[in-house]
Amino acid sequence: MTASRLAAGGSAIDRSRPIRFSFDGASVDGFAGDTIASALLASDVVVVGRSFKYHRPRGIWGVGVEEPNALVDVGGPQATPNTRATTEPARDGLVAKSVNATPSALTDRNAFLDRFSRFIPAAFYYKTFMWPDWHMFEPRIRAMAGLGKVDTDWTSPGTPDQINHHCDMLVLGAGPAGLAAAKLAAGAGLSVTLVDDQPKPGGSLGHRAGEVDGKPAGVWIEETVAELAAGGHLVLPSTTAFGIYDHNLVGLNQRHLDGRPDTMWRVRPRHIVLATGAIERPLPFANNDLPGILSADAALVYLRRHAVLVGRRVVVATNNDSAYEAAAALAEAGADVTLVDIRRDGTPVAPAKVRLVKGRALASAKGRLRVEGVTLDDGSRLDADCVLVSGGWTPTIHLFGQARGKLAWSEARAAFLPGDPVDGISITGAAAGAVSLSEVFASSETAVASLGRTKAAAPRSTGVEATDGIVAAWPMPGSKGRIWIDYQNDVTVKDVELAARENFVSVEHLKRYTTLGMATDQGKTSNLPGLALMAGITGRTVPEVGTTTYRPPFTPVPLASFAGPRVGELMAPVRRLPLESVHRASGAVFQEYGGWLRPAHYGGRGADAERSIQDEAWRARQSVALFDGSTLGKIEVIGPKAAEFVDFLYYNTMSTLTPGRCRYGFMLSENGVVFDDGVLVRLDEHRFVVSCSSSHVTAVHARLEEWRQDRFGRDAVYIHNATSEMATLTVSGPNARKLLEKLELGLSLDDTDLPHMAIGHGSYAGDEVRIARVSFTGDRSYEISIRADRAEPLWAHLRQAGQAFDAVIIGLEALMILRAEKGFIVIGKDTDGTTLPHDLGSEGPRSKRQTEHVGRRSLLTEEASRSNRLQLVGLTVPSGEAPLPTGAHAIRRVDGKLKSQGFVTSSYQSPTLGRPVGLGLIERGAARHGETIEIQHLGKIRTATIAAPCAFDPAGERLNA
Amino acid sequence: MQLFPCPFCGPRDETEFHYGGDAGNARPDGADVPIDRWADYLYLRSNPKGTAREIWVHMSCGEFFVMERDTLTHKVLSSTALGGEYAA
Repeated sequence: MTASRLAAGGSAIDRSRPIRFSFDGASVDGFAGDTIASALLASDVVVVGRSFKYHRPRGIWGVGVEEPNALVDVGGPQATPNTRATTEPARDGLVAKSVNATPSALTDRNAFLDRFSRFIPAAFYYKTFMWPDWHMFEPRIRAMAGLGKVDTDWTSPGTPDQINHHCDMLVLGAGPAGLAAAKLAAGAGLSVTLVDDQPKPGGSLGHRAGEVDGKPAGVWIEETVAELAAGGHLVLPSTTAFGIYDHNLVGLNQRHLDGRPDTMWRVRPRHIVLATGAIERPLPFANNDLPGILSADAALVYLRRHAVLVGRRVVVATNNDSAYEAAAALAEAGADVTLVDIRRDGTPVAPAKVRLVKGRALASAKGRLRVEGVTLDDGSRLDADCVLVSGGWTPTIHLFGQARGKLAWSEARAAFLPGDPVDGISITGAAAGAVSLSEVFASSETAVASLGRTKAAAPRSTGVEATDGIVAAWPMPGSKGRIWIDYQNDVTVKDVELAARENFVSVEHLKRYTTLGMATDQGKTSNLPGLALMAGITGRTVPEVGTTTYRPPFTPVPLASFAGPRVGELMAPVRRLPLESVHRASGAVFQEYGGWLRPAHYGGRGADAERSIQDEAWRARQSVALFDGSTLGKIEVIGPKAAEFVDFLYYNTMSTLTPGRCRYGFMLSENGVVFDDGVLVRLDEHRFVVSCSSSHVTAVHARLEEWRQDRFGRDAVYIHNATSEMATLTVSGPNARKLLEKLELGLSLDDTDLPHMAIGHGSYAGDEVRIARVSFTGDRSYEISIRADRAEPLWAHLRQAGQAFDAVIIGLEALMILRAEKGFIVIGKDTDGTTLPHDLGSEGPRSKRQTEHVGRRSLLTEEASRSNRLQLVGLTVPSGEAPLPTGAHAIRRVDGKLKSQGFVTSSYQSPTLGRPVGLGLIERGAARHGETIEIQHLGKIRTATIAAPCAFDPAGERLNA
Repeated sequence: MQLFPCPFCGPRDETEFHYGGDAGNARPDGADVPIDRWADYLYLRSNPKGTAREIWVHMSCGEFFVMERDTLTHKVLSSTALGGEYAA
């Protein structure tokens, strides 16, 4: 028996609430308030994990987010891989498993790897598995690599909340520095939010000696927190600030002990106070990674908060004063304590019942599965079941670094301290290098002094004051034995030396070559020793070597927190038709098209989808089809310069359009490429409707706004996107007019009154309707636009009247066939990012137009006039063959090699023609009608004959049939 | 996440905005614009290190405006509605 739970004490635990959980299959007892780590220590479970590379046995090192060794996979609804046992609350029934160990941390069958360690130094994998091919080795190495396992069967127990929060001051860290800053800021009338990653505020005052304003520290903490809460300030425990982003946006991840998913806070404070404390560093000596070697401060925390005595025969090794309190406390609790101080002079006096050895350092530790003793640098040996080390304190300046704060090296403190101030951020307490409580409070006073006069009295330290007195003890080049720098990534002194020999001397290269400072702990205990060693090897100072870039997140954050409620249907919400439920009742099968959820087809007659689509397309040509075209763009352009405006926006001249008429045209980008096509309606002299492609409405609207504001001015034109205000129901086919006449829409449907490409105004059940005679099917068509909320009766009436004509409701897939039969294009499908309007056969405006329009100059370049441009054609296949695959390349043979000369853009079986129809972009295609070419797809070559794009009713007689 | 000041709506998250190009990149009109000049207008961007004048659109309100910001520090220096020089 070595580590044990004391019979009394422990400020964090509730002995009236025992809990039991499992670790590596064994049952572990603890109390509410324990972490997994404190409960494991109390049960003397020393080996809790295996190292990343050598599968060395590892024990608990620390007490918080810095923990490099004790990673566990937690199962169940709150499943988290690779979480730190030191920060994970122990809960009744929790199932935890060590990582990187099979079957358990104690009996890992890959432990043999450590015996081959000399053959697998840093970069071993890079250098070894190159021949013949990394991919040959990759699967097995990947299977061995990594730490925890993701539970792929896990489902979220609920939707994580995300909260946007504003406050005057955000204080990060509720130790003495943060509490003082929060209290002073609250006294200055600022709204304060105080955040701490621990379940209880207090920081170091929770386990170290201290007296504030004559009261025990614990009393002062409770009073201060109560005062803040009473003042309406927000105190968030169990919450980690993981990142400071641009313009001082702070990301917080809040854990809930009741099992709810974590909450993400996005905080926009006016001012940030970093009171993030400091993290204790290890000391370099051989085998310093053995289980049972802990941070001295961690041992003090486990003793005072969890009543866990981490060992009976304890060696404490230090290079600074902070470990003396731990040594004293453990001796007081009954351990046999030897304190080995690297310093010969200037040490504090030896605490009661503690043997003090001055001027000595640890040379090595021995033991197999746990530490059994140490050898000092004079060769003397000490037995020990636990070794506590303190190599000094690294201020937690990560968030300051993320906010682009510059660091300043302090030789006296052997640490990087915050340098030049950053706008809106103060840094105080141990994070700013303060040691004694008086210094901590003074730095907090300074931090908030500029923010206004405070009515709160600054706290005063009235107890013993902490001292530092550090003498640096960095890892040295040429040291004997295996000295670990980075426990989590198995980086030793020798690995850093190897990196230096191979010229990876920049700190960023060192990190990537050896993996020093990577993975879940991000080198919180290892970075500074690593770069100090590199400084020693290369004869530079520590600031000359510098630090790696600090980036969020400070600690791992569940992806579920970032996702928040944006999962499933909410991840990319679709736009919906006003008549969606009506279509569903008609058996529509929905698909997403350009962000809209639309009927693809209407199933129908027990046939499979393809047969339904063919049937819809065939019947549409026989009599009459009904189609919901509500997604079609309806952007109104209104104003005294509206005609001039649409002229500029369109490739085609639009100002000559007569009111009441429509014209088809292209919109181009400034580089001449066709951006959108569609019909422009002129309602009256100063009012147009841009009927753009369904999936382009947002982009077209933005483009119109940009030119309006940038070129025409706000008073000249007004733009209104009415797309979702109106439903558009289309009636198309030879009997379209006869069907429409049954509805009595209050206007003449005579072809002289409402010819093709004209609009008419009528009414239906008291609501205005606009009828446009435009056609995307090639048949006589009427697009009826009506208020979206009044569309349902009109649609029902159309269907009811349609029964007499065997009307068919068609989905988008059938419409695609109908338009392809006619050679009508879909932008982005039948065109790509190089297609110019004359590639599609629209040459007129390019050669004749004299007025300026978007993209004009780009159509007059050498590139635009190149003779071998890809041009829109139709493609026919030999009789009896299946449709060409869309995307297949037209090929040409050059010196025995295949070269592309274009590709198939649309391809369907046409039920009306009884053969496939295809469209493509083919080199010089417009001049090659009748030529047979080869088409390749997935290694198979077929033939096709180039034809005019329009395969059905080329004379357009059906428009007026 | 950056905070951009829309001249009409005040400070908003950068995700509400869309970049609209360099400010002052005047469009040369005409079929006879020298091709180099047209290529400059289309493709050449100054990409400065330091102060940049840019067109942005606040998608929530649809208004375009000029924003000056520092590309190194991400500090926003000014934002002004399009007027005079950009209107016809």
